[in-house]
Amino acid sequence: MTNEARHGSEAAAPADLPLLQVDAVVKRFGGFTAVNRLSLDIKAGEFFALLGPSGCGKTTLLRMLAGFETLDSGGILLDGRDISNVPPHRRPVNMMFQNYALFPHLSVRDNIAFGLRRASLPRAEIDARVAEMVALVSLEGMEKRKPEQLSGGQRQRVALARALARRPRLLLLDEPLAALDKKLRENTQAELMRLQRQLGMTFIIVTHDQEEAMMMADRIGVMNAGRLQQVATPRQLYEAPNSRWIAEFVGGINIIDGEVESRVAGRVTVATQAAGQVTAAVPLQALTTDQVCVAIRPEKVRLSRGEATPDAGHADGINRMEGVIAGISYLGGQTRYQIRLDRGALLHASVANTVRLETNAYDTAQRVVAYFAPDDCMVLDR
Amino acid sequence: MMATSALARLSPFNITSLALGLAFLYLPIVILVIYSFNASRLVTVWGGWSVRWYVEFFNDGAMLSALAMSLRVAAVSATAATVFGTLAAVALTRAGAFHGRTLFSGMLYAPLVMPEVITGLSLLLLFVAVDAQRGFWTVTIAHTTLTMCFVAVVVQSRLGSLDRSLEEAAMDLGCDPFRAFVKVTLPLILPSVVAGWMLAFTLSMDDVVIASFTTGPGSTTLPIRIYSEVRLGVKPEINAICTLIVGSIAVIIVAASLASKLSSRQGESAAPL
Repeated sequence: MTNEARHGSEAAAPADLPLLQVDAVVKRFGGFTAVNRLSLDIKAGEFFALLGPSGCGKTTLLRMLAGFETLDSGGILLDGRDISNVPPHRRPVNMMFQNYALFPHLSVRDNIAFGLRRASLPRAEIDARVAEMVALVSLEGMEKRKPEQLSGGQRQRVALARALARRPRLLLLDEPLAALDKKLRENTQAELMRLQRQLGMTFIIVTHDQEEAMMMADRIGVMNAGRLQQVATPRQLYEAPNSRWIAEFVGGINIIDGEVESRVAGRVTVATQAAGQVTAAVPLQALTTDQVCVAIRPEKVRLSRGEATPDAGHADGINRMEGVIAGISYLGGQTRYQIRLDRGALLHASVANTVRLETNAYDTAQRVVAYFAPDDCMVLDR
Repeated sequence: MMATSALARLSPFNITSLALGLAFLYLPIVILVIYSFNASRLVTVWGGWSVRWYVEFFNDGAMLSALAMSLRVAAVSATAATVFGTLAAVALTRAGAFHGRTLFSGMLYAPLVMPEVITGLSLLLLFVAVDAQRGFWTVTIAHTTLTMCFVAVVVQSRLGSLDRSLEEAAMDLGCDPFRAFVKVTLPLILPSVVAGWMLAFTLSMDDVVIASFTTGPGSTTLPIRIYSEVRLGVKPEINAICTLIVGSIAVIIVAASLASKLSSRQGESAAPL
């Protein structure tokens, strides 16, 4: 998180004022704290994803931004103006609902025009904007249909057009793709990204699908139990998680508990019970104790039959572990191996299938050497 | 699909009990309808087919003015009951857990199970206490209190099944809460509001007990008029009137159920896939 510091302290010019500032917001439902002193800045033009397990408070936060929930404390500033007490219909923010919430008694055209009519725009302008929105989401010819006559993907696009029609400063999307099947979802993700760039609008999307968040968002805020655990770019989130929880939540990972043995020249050596000595790069976060864990992504673990010296470039302190292939899952683009190390740990390795007619694949019960570079290995608090 | 499979499984026992049940419910009405076309002056003697009692009814000034009174009471009280009942239903489903919510909903539904004699008597006492001139307005007010809880029940069930996010979407798109209700919620619950109105109308049309407590001289409703005529002996004309009432109520009930069916179909389409 070095060169993408969140609070642009080096440039305090007003032009750099974040579009949205969420300041120590608290929301309780009875005794349950849904959002707990959460702060977040979002820049204009950003595609931001709120990611988290269900019940983590991400939807509550989104509903507070839209104005459907009141704040117990803290503030929400849009363009530097506090909107915490502004009712939803006066906020320059629009929301796309998870179930789309299309008005069943209105046609596609009237659904899209609904917000424009409330803004009492001249008739010609409303017609022009509706036509523009219909073209933007490619719904030409569907204007007179009722929502019940549309497919799921078409409803989704109507909902998007309706939310975009008022040209909000901020568009909130609550699990916008959850109701679509996989193929349609992938197309729609690309479509949303194109629209966001084309319109230069700021999007905040709530999702529990990490692949979706990583694919679309410029930055991701991972929430758990009402707090933001980490706010980072998809790459940082995956390659430099700031906690064990994030490392486990985002993507697959091997985690082995151990104890710090030595720190020499940018390297930390950790003694583990289940995998022996592991050398890793010095972590970005200071460790609080010597009781740590080492974490390594499956695709960073490489396999060999043991005869060749692996990767001479990393010969300094490369981690080598011997074991037996315990399980194989072929997934098309990659193959996942489970390796039972002689020391006891079960290591997951995923190998990209770069050759069509692979003759060199590993078999179950075969002895292998798993190895990985210290730079590919992270040390985290336990 | 369920109906056909249920019919296919009908045993002789089921058919018999169904026939007996329907006969128990509808045979008296069928007899009444048939005898309304009786040419004889004596109610129990069949004297051939005729529509003379219908003609007689339409020439009976007292009966016609009672019918007019009933229609006016029913129309005004049903409209008032629909407004208040809908507001009560909105308060109960939308206002969340306000203080006294349970008490309020209990009190709203109490008239459903309250014996009409008690409702009628207590309203009479109230009108006497405030020295109200008994007549059209007292009957109308009494019927409004009776029927608004029925409207509230009908509208509340529809509101409860309505997706809350539709109103939120309307607010998100620039409607204040009142406009969101008028522009989105009301059109979607309208069929059940109409069904509630029709229910209130028929309840008011056929009420004898409460009306007889709260009515005054010169404002006799049709059921009271019929009741007092019957005490002097049943004229075949009564059969004709009752047949007309049964016919109109049947039409209204069918219309109301069609309206509420339409309403629930619209509700389903509000949900995603």
